[in-house]
Amino acid sequence: MSVDIDQVTDNTKPAPPARTTGRVPSGAGKKVKWALIDILVVAYALIPVLWILSLSFKTADGLNDKSFFPKEWTWKNYQDIFKTNEFVSALVNSIGIALISTIIAVVLGTMAAYAVARLDFPGKKALVGVSLLIAMFPQVSLVSPLFNIERNIGLFDTWPGLILPYITFALPLAIYTLSAFFREIPWELEKAAKMDGATPAQAFRKVIAPLAAPGVFTTAILVFIFCWNDFLFAISLTSTTSSRTVPAALSFFTGASQFEAPNGTISAAAVIITIPIILFVLFFQRRIVAGLTSGAVKG
Amino acid sequence: MAEIVLDKITKRYPDGALAVSEVDLQIADGEFIILVGPSGCGKSTTLNMIAGLEDISEGELRIDGQRVNEKAPKDRDIAMVFQSYALYPHMSVRENMAFPLRLAKVDDATVQAKVNEAAEILDLVAHLDRKPGNLSGGQRQRVAMGRAIVRSPKAFLMDEPLSNLDAKLRVQMRTSVSKLQKQLGTTTVYVTHDQTEAMTLGDRVVVLRGGLVQQVGSPQFLYEQPANLFVAGFIGSPAMNFLPGTLENGALNTPLGTVTLSDRIRRLAEAANAPRELIAGIRPEHFEDAKLVEGKPGGSFTATVDVLESMGSDKYAYFTVEGETATTAELDELAADAGSTDVPASGSSIVTRLAASSGAVAGQPLDLWYDSDKIQLFDPASGKNLTYTE
Repeated sequence: MSVDIDQVTDNTKPAPPARTTGRVPSGAGKKVKWALIDILVVAYALIPVLWILSLSFKTADGLNDKSFFPKEWTWKNYQDIFKTNEFVSALVNSIGIALISTIIAVVLGTMAAYAVARLDFPGKKALVGVSLLIAMFPQVSLVSPLFNIERNIGLFDTWPGLILPYITFALPLAIYTLSAFFREIPWELEKAAKMDGATPAQAFRKVIAPLAAPGVFTTAILVFIFCWNDFLFAISLTSTTSSRTVPAALSFFTGASQFEAPNGTISAAAVIITIPIILFVLFFQRRIVAGLTSGAVKG
Repeated sequence: MAEIVLDKITKRYPDGALAVSEVDLQIADGEFIILVGPSGCGKSTTLNMIAGLEDISEGELRIDGQRVNEKAPKDRDIAMVFQSYALYPHMSVRENMAFPLRLAKVDDATVQAKVNEAAEILDLVAHLDRKPGNLSGGQRQRVAMGRAIVRSPKAFLMDEPLSNLDAKLRVQMRTSVSKLQKQLGTTTVYVTHDQTEAMTLGDRVVVLRGGLVQQVGSPQFLYEQPANLFVAGFIGSPAMNFLPGTLENGALNTPLGTVTLSDRIRRLAEAANAPRELIAGIRPEHFEDAKLVEGKPGGSFTATVDVLESMGSDKYAYFTVEGETATTAELDELAADAGSTDVPASGSSIVTRLAASSGAVAGQPLDLWYDSDKIQLFDPASGKNLTYTE
């Protein structure tokens, strides 16, 4: 969960000052009100993250000292998790599985969403309906059948064994988000491209796809976060380090003795797995520029 | 450059709606032809069929003698300017204009040369590296034109290219479009709903109504010899005045009084087997202040000036003439298109264009004269112009 929170704070943190100073000249009272609300929201989102960060720097003895800041700082938790093969391979699995799922889901989703937004084909409503149905389907009810199926066909505890269900559940999300973006692109641009001598494929690649890029990146972020955060499938469909992802691996952490809770290492691992998401969001955030299509058509 | 032939082109939508019905048109090489009509008349559909953006249901489209019905837009070698300009917002002006050439795999040096040349013609050199989002409406419009002219296509198709510009710029761009077309000599099909654009730009004008061609001809010919009520009402601004009338022994009786028709009109009406009840059409400029007319044959009447608009060079005087109004399906449609249906009117309202020296005063009665040789007579049932001559 820390992952979502981080993304939210990352977006809201720089925005409020700009908004409060830039546009509202009507008195300091309004400014103070907004500043208070902003601080409240940021604090609500950030305190648990800071708490985890603090825990990850505490020594084993200091874990339960009821202090928000570590009395004694240590890197030991971080050293510990990277000492074991368990966490490193989980990290590799997480990154690999989430990236592959995201790429496949976004590519398929882009094509499907384009068709949904632009074409009139028989069964379009059914397709949209079914994809919505999949999105709403409770994933828990699928875990047991998937477990049995995957064991029988040899997908259990493999990368594809996780990638497949991730794509299944990410696709409706991708199709919905992307078709909204495609609808925003003026259709005349495509006609213009055709008149300029483009084949339908060229028109899509050179005109529509670049304009849909913000939508594609937004979708990619959402899908990546969905895959990255998943615990249910990760814990059910894996059994060894060969495919176990970080959320699942965390639950297998052990303390120094079996009577000791591994809170320090879990916190360190949680901090570590938040980093790729922050990087991912920061990297793509710059590309999500609103109003990219302005100037295409008079409007 | 090419000759474009529309041979009984028909567009029928899957739901059975007929958008364009058997349009026959021969567009000569280098000709500037205008498709004009009220919204929903099928002019844009016709243009899209020529472009290849819409399928042709029936009939044949030939460009340079070759059937192109089945060809994709990119294989027809025609360029189009869209009403919304449809510029690629992620590309600079230069890239926008180079796009068709890049797709045609033209080498880099030629692309640069052609883009620069087009930018020169359209006065866009200073803006080549800007994005469309940072351009004004007129500049965007010119970029759209530039994108069309760079690859020297066989024909230009323009779909209301000026309708998004403000009035002043529109007039300015109208002359540039006309000049550009003359300069390049490329066959051009231009769609507009604005009759002024149609009159000023085209070599020939095609008036469409409900998917049917009403009349094809030079702007002046359409103005002077409209084939029917619809064309008569559509072409000309302010529009022609229509009055119900009865024809008896060579005299026309309208709410303006009785007037003896000229021999020419009488002969034409007889040849056309004019019915007794008909609709008379008189253009605003065929009225005049009676004081300024000496001895010319025509009718005269007295009416109170409702509104007087002085344009400097002339005066427009508006009157209301009591009595029956001329109503036909065509006139209703024209009124609906002009948005004047909800103006309550008792009697016919008449627009006249008078000389600047006229002493007309709003709210005062004025003696008016109208030219009996310029009256056009229409059959109320078919809308046909009974005084039409080739």
